[in-house]
Amino acid sequence: MMADSGSSEVAVIGNTDLTSSESESNTMNTMVEKETALLRRIEISVPEAEKRTGKNTVNMQETYTVYLIETRPTESVIEGDTSAAPDSLWRRYSEFELLRTYLLVTYPYIVIPPLPEKRAEFVWHKLSADNLDPDFVERRRVGLENFLLRVASHHILADDEIFFRFLTEEKRWKEEVLVTGFQDKADSRLKSLSAMFRVKNPDKQFTELKHYSEELNTAISQLLRVRARVADRLYGVYKVHGNYGRVFSEWSAIENEMGDGLQSAGHHMDTYAASIDDILEEEEHYADQLKEYLFYTDAVRSVCRKHELIQYELEMAVQDLANKKQQKEELTSGTVRIFSLKGMTSKLFGQESQEQRESRLSALQQSIEDGEDAVMEKNKECRVFLQTAWKDIERFKEQKDKDLREALISYAIMQISMCKKGIQVWSNAKECFNKM
Amino acid sequence: MSVGAPRGLASSGQKPISEILHPLGAAEEPLSPGPDVTVNVDGDKEAVLTNGTPVETSSPASASSLFNRLQLDDDLEVDGRDPYISTETQDLFVTVDDPKKHVSTMETYITYRVSTKTTRIEFDLPEYCVRRRYQDFDWLRIKLEDSQPTHLIPPLPEKFVMKGVVDRFSEEFVETRMKALDKFLKRVADHPVLSFNPHLNAFLAAKDLNKRQGLALLTKVGESVKHVAGGYKLRARPAEFCAMGEYLDTFTQKLGTIDRIAQRILKEQSEYLTEQREYGSVYSSWAGSEEELHRPLEGVATTVSKCCCAMDDLSENMSQDFLPVLREYVLYVESMKTVLRKRDQSQAEYEGRLEAAILRRQEDKMPMPVEVEKCQDKVECFNADLKADWERWQSNKRQDFKQLLTGMADKNINYYEKCQASWESLITLLQDKQTEDKRSETN
Repeated sequence: MMADSGSSEVAVIGNTDLTSSESESNTMNTMVEKETALLRRIEISVPEAEKRTGKNTVNMQETYTVYLIETRPTESVIEGDTSAAPDSLWRRYSEFELLRTYLLVTYPYIVIPPLPEKRAEFVWHKLSADNLDPDFVERRRVGLENFLLRVASHHILADDEIFFRFLTEEKRWKEEVLVTGFQDKADSRLKSLSAMFRVKNPDKQFTELKHYSEELNTAISQLLRVRARVADRLYGVYKVHGNYGRVFSEWSAIENEMGDGLQSAGHHMDTYAASIDDILEEEEHYADQLKEYLFYTDAVRSVCRKHELIQYELEMAVQDLANKKQQKEELTSGTVRIFSLKGMTSKLFGQESQEQRESRLSALQQSIEDGEDAVMEKNKECRVFLQTAWKDIERFKEQKDKDLREALISYAIMQISMCKKGIQVWSNAKECFNKM
Repeated sequence: MSVGAPRGLASSGQKPISEILHPLGAAEEPLSPGPDVTVNVDGDKEAVLTNGTPVETSSPASASSLFNRLQLDDDLEVDGRDPYISTETQDLFVTVDDPKKHVSTMETYITYRVSTKTTRIEFDLPEYCVRRRYQDFDWLRIKLEDSQPTHLIPPLPEKFVMKGVVDRFSEEFVETRMKALDKFLKRVADHPVLSFNPHLNAFLAAKDLNKRQGLALLTKVGESVKHVAGGYKLRARPAEFCAMGEYLDTFTQKLGTIDRIAQRILKEQSEYLTEQREYGSVYSSWAGSEEELHRPLEGVATTVSKCCCAMDDLSENMSQDFLPVLREYVLYVESMKTVLRKRDQSQAEYEGRLEAAILRRQEDKMPMPVEVEKCQDKVECFNADLKADWERWQSNKRQDFKQLLTGMADKNINYYEKCQASWESLITLLQDKQTEDKRSETN
């Protein structure tokens, strides 16, 4: 559920028939129900956006947008000290990206909330795909606020120091995040994500989850694509009606008694044609809600992938240990089942001395002990990951079901509002026709 | 526009029966290829026949005939009936319905049931029920045009349809055509003059229409020859008729524009429907991979599908009801223009003859020939009829368009109401589950 600090009215238009509690549940941010320690301390919002110009890294002039992050201690609100100015700082979209990458690397077992889209996609033709377009900036502002609130209401993520610094320290934050060394981890993560490996015994649950997230991704992409086409067509239907306005006006000029009725009906047709702009603007809100979950599927896949990697590493460690044990056995029994260079050379060049054998054995024994430790570690890592990840996935699933259901409700409300407007306009036109 | 002096184009119902020639009594139409002796049983001021020959009830000099007409008017005023508001005291009701297909070795065609209920004495029976095909309607129209050239005859739906493009036997086409035929007949039956035309009687009552189409053709030919032979050029059209002509030109233009807009809307709606259908099915397929969200998503899919049906109905109505009526009016305008042209010709003829007579009179010192006076009568008749019909037509047009446009508004309102109801029931479905969940959470 998107937290629209600036546009909460949007979801309530036409919502006159629902009771106050129902409408509250529709517009309120459901995350607020499960408050974290952080959110008990401060309120977070992204109330404004501004254009800036400056020189970029290659010393070229560029225009970019910055977003205002405001944090306000909740106590001051409770004590009625509303004059206390909130802390605020400005951040670019790229800084949000940096934060998110840090979180991805640091908490690979958590489904990290996504950022609003980098570039406008799934646009219907009238919507601008320009990143500097004010409507796009506005929707991005809302999306960024939503992102921060999602992170702030996650019981694990909310406690992160770097996240807190992101909200409160404008300049020093960047240094501090780089000091964590997450960049290297980010690089290796990227490598591992794209690496091809096969797990021998894939976890059934995670396989299902990966499959589901792919299905969800497909479904939402398709939905967004078709919705954009539907929007285009609906736009056409409404706009053509505007032509009635003009022709009725022209026709009324040659009529006597019919003239007035026709003329005023024509005005209503103009109103009808113009109404589609607001209607479709509102619908973009619904599209944004869907997009958030589209991007969420990437985060889910990320967690699955990480699990696969850990599992693979465990399997590798187990295999490695098994190989070493085998080697030891062969060495002690004298039989060569596993090919080893040492074995080969001893066959070719004669048996090695007792000393040599014993030193090799002890080295191998050490290696085996290390290997056993490694397997134990990996096992533990795997188990812990499985537990923590699965817990977060359950949380995510619940959140997803709730949010999407509410998105569908608010979409239905939008449709009802559109119908009511249509009835109004055509009733007005009918009245005019009756007066003809 | 006010109607001129000869106001009462009243029905003949008020004439004593002895003076009226029973239309069916004179049903044997004269076979002479010349004048179509239409027995005018109405109080029509048309004292001459279509080709200019006088009827038995002679018309003397124009002034006296005008006086006669006024006399008749006074008689008719007695019952206070305004002939232009015919709906109140209608005594002739006609309906066209029940289309049936007939297959014969030669051809396949559709017939329609034409039902009549009347109290008029011109009819033998109070009720009639006959079957007629489009050809018969066409025959009637031609006959009316021939016998009442000074009157506006309502239009028929298009005669020819491109085979292969339009299915002449599809339910939609037949339905649309039938409605237009019904409208045509009702308009004729409503008309104070045309409704008493004996051809209408025959059409409504006769078992078999003795069409003699060949004759009709001849008559028409004879007529047009006459007019061409006249070859008179009109000097100046009176202002009021100029205004009519201009109005008709602009009106046709606007009708055409509205037609184009309506068609464009239909096209956009159809494309919207296509996308909307796919939209609904995407929700459905998404539902397949969800558990908790399965029902809500299916719910959305169903609702979208219901809205599609509603849009389908709206579009169908536009193309079945709205557009045909619009196009019919274009034809109506054409008929009106034809009548205007004929009026112009008759005026031209009069002026031509008058001029010739004046010249001759100057030479021969002869009195004004009778033909010239008859021509003058004819023109004045025509003008009067036309003006009266114009008023009628304007009034009917206003009603028709009021009905047409409020109908269009109604259908759109209907569409949105259906959609709203569907979405509202979806919300109930979605919110029920919500309150269920909330309750279980608090427990």
